[in-house]
Amino acid sequence: MSTIKEIQEEIIEDFSMLDGDMEMTINYLMELGETLPELPEDKRTEENIVKGCQSKVWLTAALENNGVKFEADSNTAITKGLVSLLVRVFSNQAPKDILDEEIFFPQQIGMNRFIGTQRSNGFAAMIKQMKLYALALSAQAVK
Amino acid sequence: MSTIVSSGLDIQKIRDMFPVLHQEVNGKPLIYFDNAATSQKPKSVIDALTGYYEGYNSNIHRGIHTLAEKATTAFEETRKRAQQFINSREAEEIIFTKGTTDSINLVASTFGRKFINEGDEIIITTMEHHSNIVPWQLLCEEKGAILKVIPINEAGEIIFEEYEKLLSEKTKLVSVVYASNSLGTVNPVEKIIAKAHEVGAKVLLDGAQAAAHIVLDVQKLNCDFLALSAHKAYGPTGTGILYGKREILEKIPPYQGGGEMIKDVSFNGTTYNDIPYKFEAGTPNIADVIAFKYAMDFIDELGKTNIAQHENDLLAYSTSQLQTVDGLKLVGTAQDKVSVSSFIVDGIHHFDLGMLLDAKGVAVRTGHHCTQPLMDNFCIEGTARASFAVYNTKAEIDVMVEGLHDIVKKYRK
Repeated sequence: MSTIKEIQEEIIEDFSMLDGDMEMTINYLMELGETLPELPEDKRTEENIVKGCQSKVWLTAALENNGVKFEADSNTAITKGLVSLLVRVFSNQAPKDILDEEIFFPQQIGMNRFIGTQRSNGFAAMIKQMKLYALALSAQAVK
Repeated sequence: MSTIVSSGLDIQKIRDMFPVLHQEVNGKPLIYFDNAATSQKPKSVIDALTGYYEGYNSNIHRGIHTLAEKATTAFEETRKRAQQFINSREAEEIIFTKGTTDSINLVASTFGRKFINEGDEIIITTMEHHSNIVPWQLLCEEKGAILKVIPINEAGEIIFEEYEKLLSEKTKLVSVVYASNSLGTVNPVEKIIAKAHEVGAKVLLDGAQAAAHIVLDVQKLNCDFLALSAHKAYGPTGTGILYGKREILEKIPPYQGGGEMIKDVSFNGTTYNDIPYKFEAGTPNIADVIAFKYAMDFIDELGKTNIAQHENDLLAYSTSQLQTVDGLKLVGTAQDKVSVSSFIVDGIHHFDLGMLLDAKGVAVRTGHHCTQPLMDNFCIEGTARASFAVYNTKAEIDVMVEGLHDIVKKYRK
């Protein structure tokens, strides 16, 4: 399995092909979002909503084979694409790695330019929430 | 090609006065349709701001030196200009504030605290901006007063008979929006005011959206208060006005304590200055107030009727063109509207719509537009909103509509 660092490098490589074109980037993000399975209705609850996002983002986490399995969804297509990137980076990784590894791909793919500060804040909130889940699950993982 | 439109305005010449319009965003020419949030500023306004800081920056009112005198004169010129702009009887009835929100809060904190008591009623409409809801909720909570809401119909117009039913001798204030920021609806404010006065209630008009589009005449309207922001009317951010009738302003206590609002201060007690200074504590936003005059000059030189005619043409055009977009539904279809086109597209979230339009260089606003109860009323989370100013063109609307056709074709599920 690729490491968190390797997956981020793959994402940077993928986005570099879009050449900074905003329409193509949005299009690509929306396509990525569509690949993320829809979250079942019973997980789209108020308590699974990530606070700090402009659009609605639901995020759940569970421990499977000592890796964290993330599931996420959003009511807007672009945000769903963004969250799919984070799911790709963190899914199945060990809680400790999720907590320790640095997230550098958003800056490298020009997230600020494409998404703007309002959504970047939401993006930071998603990362924080994923790390909080990892922290909560880390106790279970070592046992 | 002639750029003169039916109202006689030369739109290209007007566009040339706005430096910000001449740029590309995301590799496309900027089309600015977010005017209901804030309009762009003509060069004359920008020059007035830099002119003040470069030429005569000085604190106003109490200085005896030349720069202070010059700054004070310019500041007070705006007050006189605002008096003409809204046709108040006296310049002293114009209070400078931070903007509409601040103006409404001023009325709630002064008039509200003094004259609204337990069991009294305040009436607003369903289409109010949060700025004209929350100050009254706070006041009602503090005083045990009651907030009543005029319902609206499907088109986004108030149901007048329902308003009449809400009015009683308990009504102390009716605070309504002149033109809705989310829907564009222009409310029948003259009738609303006359009816309120019959039961002895005072009326505050939220004129934020009206200021750039509708001729304001507070004497003809006979409103008791009018609040507006400079920045929605081609002026700078951070300043606006509150108009109040002299006899009311004289009866209500000061808003904040500090410099300029006093006559004499001693530890045994303080006497307050006359209106409007009683309500203008502290160093005001001098530069922006001074520059606001040039925004009003800009509007009146073009003529509000001419501006309105051009904007109405744009609104009619956008209303018909937007309806050619598959799955698009207009939100707010009142008979009388300012130039706001709010819409949703079936199967595409408004945030995605806004981002996709931005990628095409078209700036619209998306979300609840600070009118959440109104969105709840329509059972929607928000809309995409295109709002037009005097410098916008039908060709720009064509670009937006073509963009929407393209977006719907590619992304609609």
